[in-house]
Order: sequence, then C-alpha cells, then structure tokens
Amino acid sequence: MDAPVIVVIGAGPAGTRAAQTLACAGLRPVILDENQRQGGQIYRRQPKNFTRPATKLYGASAASATALHTDFEALRSSVDYRPETMAWGVSGDMLLTECRGQADALRFDGLIIASGATDRIMPCPGWTLPGVFSLGGSQIALKAQACAIGQAPVFMGTGPLLYLVAWQYLQAGVKPRAVLDTSSLTTRLRGLGGLRRRPAVLAQGLRYMADLARSGVTLRSGIRPVRVEARQDGETLCAGAVVWKDGRGRTHRTECDAVGMGYGLRSETQLADLLKCDFAFDATSRQWLPVTDRDGATSRAGVYLAGDGAGIRGADAAESAGALAALRCLQDMGRPVMEGEMARLRAALKPMNAFRHGLETGFPWPWRHAADLPDDTVVCRCENVTAGDIRRAAGPLDSPEINRAKAFVRVGMGRCQGRMCGLAGAEILAAARGITIEEAGRIRSAAPVKPLPAKIRGVVT
Amino acid sequence: MTGLFRRVAETGRPEIAITVDGHAVTALEGDTILTALLVAGDRLRFNEFDKMPRAGFCLMGACQDCRVWTEDGHELRACSTSVTPGLRIVTKEVPWTRP
Repeated sequence: MDAPVIVVIGAGPAGTRAAQTLACAGLRPVILDENQRQGGQIYRRQPKNFTRPATKLYGASAASATALHTDFEALRSSVDYRPETMAWGVSGDMLLTECRGQADALRFDGLIIASGATDRIMPCPGWTLPGVFSLGGSQIALKAQACAIGQAPVFMGTGPLLYLVAWQYLQAGVKPRAVLDTSSLTTRLRGLGGLRRRPAVLAQGLRYMADLARSGVTLRSGIRPVRVEARQDGETLCAGAVVWKDGRGRTHRTECDAVGMGYGLRSETQLADLLKCDFAFDATSRQWLPVTDRDGATSRAGVYLAGDGAGIRGADAAESAGALAALRCLQDMGRPVMEGEMARLRAALKPMNAFRHGLETGFPWPWRHAADLPDDTVVCRCENVTAGDIRRAAGPLDSPEINRAKAFVRVGMGRCQGRMCGLAGAEILAAARGITIEEAGRIRSAAPVKPLPAKIRGVVT
Repeated sequence: MTGLFRRVAETGRPEIAITVDGHAVTALEGDTILTALLVAGDRLRFNEFDKMPRAGFCLMGACQDCRVWTEDGHELRACSTSVTPGLRIVTKEVPWTRP
C-alpha cells in the first residue's frame, strides 16, 4: 500500500510542528507555504543576506523562533517543502495549488491547515492614506526588511501586538509619537483573570508598557479613533496626524508621519470553508470559526486545523496544536501514536484557552465603533465601499445578512475577499438593522481564495 | 519626493538598480518591491475607484493593496516579490493595447 499523502498548509509554528510530528512517524508530508521562507508571520525570517541576530528580531521569543527555524532545517530532507505555493481552491479530495504561475492539483489523504491569521481591522476615516499600515505589517517591515514605516509613527488599536510593535520600534531607534489603545484600564482588569494563567507572558507585556512609558512615549487607553488626517507636500499625500478622543470625550490631535493599526487578529478560515467544514459562532471573539474538537479535528474526516487559523491563541499554543493535530491525524489513520504525548499536549493547551479568553476580554474588538463610523468612511479598501453603502444595503435594500449586502453593494467582493473589511462590515450591517452580529453572518469563501494570474500554466486534472 | 519608509539596519547590502515610472531607483538586495518603492517614494499604485494614491497595508499578502505593474504589463504583489536587477515597475496601470 502506498504511504498516505498528508498535506500541511502553512509553515509557521503550527505547520512546522505538525510536519515534524508526521516526519517523526516515518511519513513524508507535503508542506505548502505561501511565503518564500519557512517561519510564518510571527517567526517570519529575514532574507538570507540579512545579518541581525534573532534577539534583535524576535525579542523575548528569540529562543522559540530559533528553535522553530533550526528544527525545520533539520527536517528538510524528510519533508516535501514547497515555498511560494498557494492552496487556492478545493475539488473533492484535491487541493488546487499555484506556484509562480504554475497550476497543480494535489490529492490528499490527510490535511492539516495551519493558515494563520491577519490583523483584525476597524476602519476609520483616512485609513486608506499612504503611510497607514496594519500593526502586523508595521512589524513585518521592521523584522523582515529592517525598515520603519515612518520616523514618527502612531500605533493605534488594541491587543498585545500594539505594545510589542511599539516597543520593537523603540528598540530600533524609532520613537513612536503615541500608543493609542481603545481598551480602557477597567476593561483590561477584567481580562486579568485569564491573562494570569500565563504569568511570564503577562509580565513581558507589562515590561513593554513600562519601557515605553519610561522613554516618554505617550500611552493612552480608552481612546476612540476619529480620523487619520492627510499631509500634503507637493505631490505627496500621506498620513500626517491622528485625531482621537480620550475617555472623557475630549478631542486630541497627534502629528505623525505613519500609523500602524490593528485590533487583535482574525483567523484565515477560507480553506476550511471551501472544504465544507462546519462553522460556529464564537461569542468571545464575535467571529464565526470552524468547529474543531480539542485535537483540531474538523467536521470533515481527514481535515484538521491548528494554530491561529482555528482561533487566536498565539505562537506557543500553535506549536502544541500543530503537533497534536498531526498525532490525531495519524491516530485516525490507524497508526500507533503515543497517547501520553497527546494528553501532554492537550494539557499544555488548557491555560492557552483561558489566556485567549483573557485577551479577548481585556483587549476587546471595539465593535461598537462600527455603528458610529461616518457614512463616507471607506470600509472596503479594495473597491471603496463606504459605511453608508453598507447601511443602504441594510436598510433600503433590505439585506438580512452580510452576503446579501455583498451582492448589492460589493462589500467583501474585492481582491482581498473581505479579509480587511468583512468583520467591520458585518458589525455595521448588524447595527443598522438592529440584529446580532451572529445573525449578520460571515462572508462565504470563494475560490480562488487569493487572486491568481489570469494566465496560469498547467492542466488541472 | 520623500520616502515613507526609513531603513534602520541592514544597509550594507549590495545595490540593485531598478526603474520606477521611468526614474532610476536604487534598491538593496533582499528588498521587496514594496520596500524599494516606499524607501524611495510615497506610493505604490492608485486605487481604481477614487484614483487616490495607495502604499499597501498588510505587508503579508492578504490585502492585495500593493499590486504594481511591470512595464510589460505583468501584475506583481509588491509585498511578497523581491527586487531583481533591471526590474521596471510602473505605479499606474499600463493602458491595454490591442495585440
């Protein structure tokens, strides 16, 4: 009998540990990675000719990042690693892939999706100006390209990444003008119960805040973004200031030359959707997520999820979840696995779940802001669909949920397929119709999950 | 034109000459197209709907707002494509001509 084909999508913490577990069991997994180099986003590697040490790039997580990269290099001969390869669709038990304009189809017996996450975005007027980037993007510029997004950036949003990125910029010699957090101190205290489950991580976060404060960086909590103002200088048009309101409703204006914004993360779930895995509403994050059991098994036999693509729990949890999903996959195929190791990984994930709940409670997605966005605010940056357009879909056009609104006004129809606007768009619709966010639904995924070249070589069989 | 990005390290890499909208731009080996264009300038493209400048957003291949064109009409995602010597980029869409 031929060895089963197990495909791992993604080569971040979850994908790497899944592949390693499969290779240890004597299989040769195929790893599909959209990136040029293994590591994923949080442990993204710099290009080969860069020389900064891991401690400069990953801060307190340097040891974890280095271990993940080194372990992967040791695996290279026992896995079929395919960088710059996108899984863009599904046909039966085949994955449809593309690599540098070459199409291919890959049959799988088992599939572990570790597709990660992107920033969760709440738009504000002016967020499409040049110089405004996502928080994750601001970090990638620094980590993978040794560039700052500006000389005097403002970081705005909520979540631990806000402080990590601001701290990393400070370390790189770029002092942020301000760190503006939409969560209030009272809200953060509410999350403390869960956050205390991982004391070292909590202490690290507090250290970042203390370092920023000591360096004279303005830290404000409980803020509300009003708009990003443009700066015009000859032909140049880019971000020039952030206007925001403090907890008491007073308006402030902070001059800057760049803005990094993000409100926690959202899972990349398109492939699970195309595979027809069941989804359920997750009240904690106000998102629809694929249903998995404690090991990452989905409602579809042979398909497993691990890492932030299954719900945001961070890199350490992703490593455990990747290994656990791979063991479960092997077990479901009737192969011998060490039950003790599975029990150990499940136990390791327990505090991660509590921590995740603490994060979502302490640094919540500011969903109420959506209802107050001015009508002319661009929500879909691909096609400039505005908050007013979505309200028109909700009211006069009578869309009961987000997919109908998409059909009417094209929110989520653009090139990014709703990755940037989908969550905020649903909140605007829900508020305008007076329904719950659960009722507003989620944008259905469609292949290709990302744009493909119009001219693609190869025959799909 | 001033650049949006500022290099903070890794500046000793070999230079690579590329062309942006007909002007010579010096990039460094290992730069993405996005980095090279935003160190030298303040935009990558113009939005098709309001014609306003855009400079990318997510830098991780998700938002698709960093798509640029080569002079011969190929579309590239600037955040995930490395510069190569002689690359010729335009920040405005090339008018379609009949073959």
